[in-house]
Amino acid sequence: MSLLSVENLQVHFRTPDGVNRAVDGVSFEIGSGETLAIVGESGCGKSVTSMSILRLLPEPQAQFAGAIRFEGRDLLALPDREMRKIRGNAISVVFQEPMTSLNPVLTVGRQIGETLRLHQGLDARQAEARAVEMLSLVGIPEPERRVHAYPHQMSGGMRQRVMIAIALACSPRLLIADEPTTALDVTIQAQILDLMRDLKHRVGAAIMLITHDLGVVAEVADRVMVMYAGRKVEEAAVADLFRTPRHPYTRGLMGAVPRLGVRAQGRAPGRLAEIPGMVPSLKTRIDGCVFAGRCPDAKDFCRLHAPALESKSPGHLAACHFAPKDARPA
Amino acid sequence: MLGFILRRLLATIPVMLVVGFFVFGLLSLAPGDPAAIVAGDQASPEDVQRIRASLGLDQPFLVRFGTWGGRILQGDLGTSLFTNLPVTTMIAQRIQPTLSLMLVTLAIAVSLAVPLGVVAAWRAGRLVDRCVMGFAVLGFSVPVFVVGYVLAYVFAIKLAWLPAQGYAPIEAGVRPWLASLILPATTLGCAYVALIARVTRATMLEVLQQDYVRTARAKGLGQGTVLFLHALKNAAIPIVTVIGIGIALLIGGAVVTETVFAIPGLGRLTVDAILRRDYPVIQGIVLLFSFTYVLVNLVIDLSYTLLDPRIRY
Amino acid sequence: MSAAASARVPEPGPTLKAGPTPETDPAPETGPAPETAPAPALDPADFAIAAPLPDVVTLRPPRGRLGRMLHRHPTGVAGGAILLAMLLIAVFAGQLTGFDPAALAPGSRTRFPSMAHWFGTDLMGRDIYARVVYGARVSLAVGFSVALMASVSGLALGLVSGTVRWADGLIMRVVDGLMSIPPVLMAITLMALTRGSVENVVIAISVAEMPRVVRLVRGVVLSLREQPYVDAAITAGTPTPLVIWRHILPNTLAPMTVQATYICASAMIAEAVLSFIGAGIPPSTPSWGNIMAEGRALWQVKFYIILFPALFLSLTVLAVNLLGDGLRDALDPRMAKDR
Repeated sequence: MSLLSVENLQVHFRTPDGVNRAVDGVSFEIGSGETLAIVGESGCGKSVTSMSILRLLPEPQAQFAGAIRFEGRDLLALPDREMRKIRGNAISVVFQEPMTSLNPVLTVGRQIGETLRLHQGLDARQAEARAVEMLSLVGIPEPERRVHAYPHQMSGGMRQRVMIAIALACSPRLLIADEPTTALDVTIQAQILDLMRDLKHRVGAAIMLITHDLGVVAEVADRVMVMYAGRKVEEAAVADLFRTPRHPYTRGLMGAVPRLGVRAQGRAPGRLAEIPGMVPSLKTRIDGCVFAGRCPDAKDFCRLHAPALESKSPGHLAACHFAPKDARPA
Repeated sequence: MLGFILRRLLATIPVMLVVGFFVFGLLSLAPGDPAAIVAGDQASPEDVQRIRASLGLDQPFLVRFGTWGGRILQGDLGTSLFTNLPVTTMIAQRIQPTLSLMLVTLAIAVSLAVPLGVVAAWRAGRLVDRCVMGFAVLGFSVPVFVVGYVLAYVFAIKLAWLPAQGYAPIEAGVRPWLASLILPATTLGCAYVALIARVTRATMLEVLQQDYVRTARAKGLGQGTVLFLHALKNAAIPIVTVIGIGIALLIGGAVVTETVFAIPGLGRLTVDAILRRDYPVIQGIVLLFSFTYVLVNLVIDLSYTLLDPRIRY
Repeated sequence: MSAAASARVPEPGPTLKAGPTPETDPAPETGPAPETAPAPALDPADFAIAAPLPDVVTLRPPRGRLGRMLHRHPTGVAGGAILLAMLLIAVFAGQLTGFDPAALAPGSRTRFPSMAHWFGTDLMGRDIYARVVYGARVSLAVGFSVALMASVSGLALGLVSGTVRWADGLIMRVVDGLMSIPPVLMAITLMALTRGSVENVVIAISVAEMPRVVRLVRGVVLSLREQPYVDAAITAGTPTPLVIWRHILPNTLAPMTVQATYICASAMIAEAVLSFIGAGIPPSTPSWGNIMAEGRALWQVKFYIILFPALFLSLTVLAVNLLGDGLRDALDPRMAKDR
């Protein structure tokens, strides 16, 4: 049984001018200790998906359908009290913005210790001692002193380390990392990625990595899922996806990654490609393929009939009628 | 820090100077000749002249302002034209009821308004929020004395649960003292609660959007901890600020409330002084109230460092 | 032009050729066939078609313009409507009652509300309904006049303070000082200087309310001065008055309108308070405040004398406040923080 299994998840938001179908029919699984990357442009629903797992979306506006099974239990059906026992404990999260994700008026030690006191019943002294340990685990120098510091006394990279310390304090089974390096300097990004990889081995948590940075994906993920306009359009093992992307959107994304020194199909090296067109509005119902409007290979057929995800080769799913398919297994 | 306190104290000097100027200007603009009033109806023109000189009224305006200010600084607020008592004595006699009323109101209002505002922000758009906000608009819209009369009519006249009028000094026992203050404090607190609840809600709405609140929720913290520790602590500065600014409401409201409930405090003294045109008393009260207001807000400014570790002076 | 644009769409974007996929079209191109003839080679049965997804959120039918306005600012619209009704009452006061609000009738004093005297009569036998209806004129006039006077004078001083650097320090010192005197106290104190009349009440309340407007306008001006387009205008040598007229004044209007509404509301309350403590409008001119002041002595037994004017006053102030909140939400959501 997989650790997390999301089944046909739909997350729709009630907004003043219509329904925003932010996530529409997404299914995927994460096994214990596995790293799944979710890739897509901003607004494709990847963050909404991850926030639905923790049920952190504003509930009257956000409406859900489908199921999110974590260790067999459907999180969408759990009462709030049970859900709180899971948050920060079995499933924790590192957010994108280290500068704003820590509470400015509480000390770092308190913010780490809080989770421990809540989920593991430690008292204030024990929690602080654990917080010091966690700080040193995430590579913060002078943890005994830093534990009393406030977030504004730390750099962005340091704060993200603190966020990771908070997330890992209770040894979660699943860590959701929502663009954990996007807001950081490039050199710090590499350090944080190294740290996450290192800790993953030590703690043994599964990671759901949300990113729009394919470079990060290639470095840390086992499997990749590509999202577009609230749907999953492709999923494959990392190497497979990078070798043979099947969905035209994924191919577009790959074309959009600058690769130094690699001469990609006659283009000048390092030139960033763009996918022409715009992401369709999620407020109107799309009957055909969501990518048809920007797809170079789209036909009238695509606009009429939405493609289902199908296996294009073993372990490689794509939602495209015309994506190349390996010979069907006999 | 000490330097900051000193600088802030210095900054109140021009403020108090403006207040003093306003208050002193009042006396000079006041119709009627104070000397004639002091001298009384039977006095001869010579007597009036003599009194005018003894009061220093024949001096130029700025000189008089200077001597007046000098006396104020020495704690001499002048003498009532009506009772011939020193204004400081009259204020001292009347200060206890007003101070009691304001402190009780402050305590009730803050402990009521802040949770109301927090809950309203948390349940924004829902029924609780609508009720709190509805009450807040009402609190601004119904004049203090109307609230007072309605409360007194219901709880004192019809139900006879609480005294309708008067003030029981604290020396007479805490229970009667408190009983005599419940209706006036509720009356006075209405607009104040409305103000604080509104600002609390608005600030909390903003704070609840912040990433660190999401982080707190993601940790599995209960709603109470998220709201009252993580969020409220960040919303503290605007709330504390409005509590300070709102003191102005309390002062203005006290004048009316004390009239409604026949409380012999400074507010009642103000009304009496106005009706009798007892200018030195008016001056003294305005100075005292303004000074208190400035001082309270100074203290609140200084408290910011305690509320937010990022603020260092 | 649109035809040319749409013609470009199916053209394969050069970037996507980058993908390492030598894809062959499964269905031969039908060429320039008319749109009505779909390619016969594509049979949906051959493809994996996604099942349609259910709607999670059911949406209410769309509303018209008025409906939307009502839905978004229901209280603001209600406030406007009540205020309008009060204005009509004030204008047509003479038609609404047959009684003279000032007519004394010693024979029918403190009568309980009845068919003859809807709201009863006061200590001097005057019809309270007539006084309340006529009082609408005074109370509304005080509210609007104060809103206008305080806004205009505050606007002028605020503009000067925000643009003329040497005047700023002086004006703000004075404003700080005046703001440390509670407005009601200041109005009362000013009334002690003069005799009670509608004009004096308006002036006293306006002076008390003005400092807040100065602060507000100055704040708007200072934040606008940072705007690139204002900066550009100043750098380009546009004379200051012109910059104010063209760029700054229009931007102060929205917050000013909202503030003026709130001032109107608090002015009506202030008038009532002044009249109530006996430092306001004399009883010969009925205002909601002084009708209640008349009832003060008898409130324990003749509560209705206070009740009816209090209802009218509270309802009107409520309406103005609701209108102000609605305007604030509609004009300037950022201001939602204040008050």
